[in-house]
Amino acid sequence: MNYLNKVWAIVWKDIRAEIRTKEIFSSMFIFSLLVLVIFNFSIDLLEVNPLDIAQGVLWIAFTFSGILGLNRSFLFEKENDCLQGLMLTPIDRSAIYLGKMLGNLIFMLIMEAIAVPIFVVLFNIGIYDKIISLAIVIFLGTLGFVTVGTLFSAMSVNIKAREVMLPILLFPIVVPVIIASVKSTGAILTGKPFDDIISWLKLIAVFDVVFLVVSFLSFEYIIEE
Amino acid sequence: MIFKWLTFIVVNAALIFIFMIAPIERQEGIVQKIMYFHIPSAWVAFFAFFVVFVASILYLWKKEREWDIIAHSAAEVGIIFCSLVLITGPIWAKPIWGVWWTWDARLTLTLVLWLIYVAYLMLRFHASEGSQRARFAAVLGIVGFLDVPIVHFSVLWWRTIHPKPKVLSMESPGSGLESVMLITLIMSLIAFTLIFFLLLGQRISLEKMRDELNEIKRRTFHSS
Repeated sequence: MNYLNKVWAIVWKDIRAEIRTKEIFSSMFIFSLLVLVIFNFSIDLLEVNPLDIAQGVLWIAFTFSGILGLNRSFLFEKENDCLQGLMLTPIDRSAIYLGKMLGNLIFMLIMEAIAVPIFVVLFNIGIYDKIISLAIVIFLGTLGFVTVGTLFSAMSVNIKAREVMLPILLFPIVVPVIIASVKSTGAILTGKPFDDIISWLKLIAVFDVVFLVVSFLSFEYIIEE
Repeated sequence: MIFKWLTFIVVNAALIFIFMIAPIERQEGIVQKIMYFHIPSAWVAFFAFFVVFVASILYLWKKEREWDIIAHSAAEVGIIFCSLVLITGPIWAKPIWGVWWTWDARLTLTLVLWLIYVAYLMLRFHASEGSQRARFAAVLGIVGFLDVPIVHFSVLWWRTIHPKPKVLSMESPGSGLESVMLITLIMSLIAFTLIFFLLLGQRISLEKMRDELNEIKRRTFHSS
């Protein structure tokens, strides 16, 4: 089996487990829906222009529900010592990281793909002609969130107060991704040209590359026994 | 011991410069003297986090407890100075800018830094003692520091109204400050750097004593 096949085996294992339990996806999706609904109550859309706050609400929904999924990601491996099993398989540790990371990325992207239409309905925003640029931003932003998120998820599952520690570790680190994603989503929703957000996208891309490499290299230190 | 006395003398000399020799700034008045504490604290905080970064890399490479202790100690001392920056900043900003806090780039960066390293210390607190804690902390120490330039650019493009750093202007270094003020600032920078190394040394020896104590306890319990 070559390296990519090994990575794919881990991704496929997570997808199959998820199809059977539906635990991660359902909790993430319902939570993001709840965030969108709660924000509708806390901000009166009759008084506030939806375009002033929509991009922020969308990314709060994504990050908060993303945390739920990441928290679960390694918890399942911890139960029944699945992580031990993974580590005993004759594959490189970095392949485990990439597999888990891609799995988390896929779950979050599916959750977002369903949350965006609901968001459009609740906030009454038109996105028909902006779907592609919006998808690029969401993909890059989510990738940045998940690269570090998977690394920290493997870390927090081994310490006390794990559910609390993951957001405390992750949120300060992903501040640049959140700022850049919110700014560029806002620019897209208000109909600004694509050139306006290029520099933000480059920033997220730099973040993605830097932390993909760092996580890739340092993952073996995290799950070492 | 000599180092302690040296620090004591330099700190006192810096205080004399700050409060007796340096002139009172014409526009900002007495409030400007906070800068002699604010800027050195910021420098020490950044430097301390850089020490965490280097010690973290060395720990993952060499796996020696020594580097873990240094990283931990530097993070603790760094958080103290980072807190000082966040406290002295608003005291200065209220009379000068008219607000305690504003989401300016440098303020935001310092706050994010503070949050990253508070998370670092919380991670150390919650993880169970041993090599696993050291490895987790080292990874966070590296990730956190590599994040600094990216956070910097993101908050810079976001918004900024911070006064341009006067001393570090490119055209002619030091042109923005009166020479006595510049000397005072440099004195203060040296004093704070010495305080940093003094505290770091104390914290490291404290941690080593703790290790030694645990070792003695372990041996005593096993032999009895």
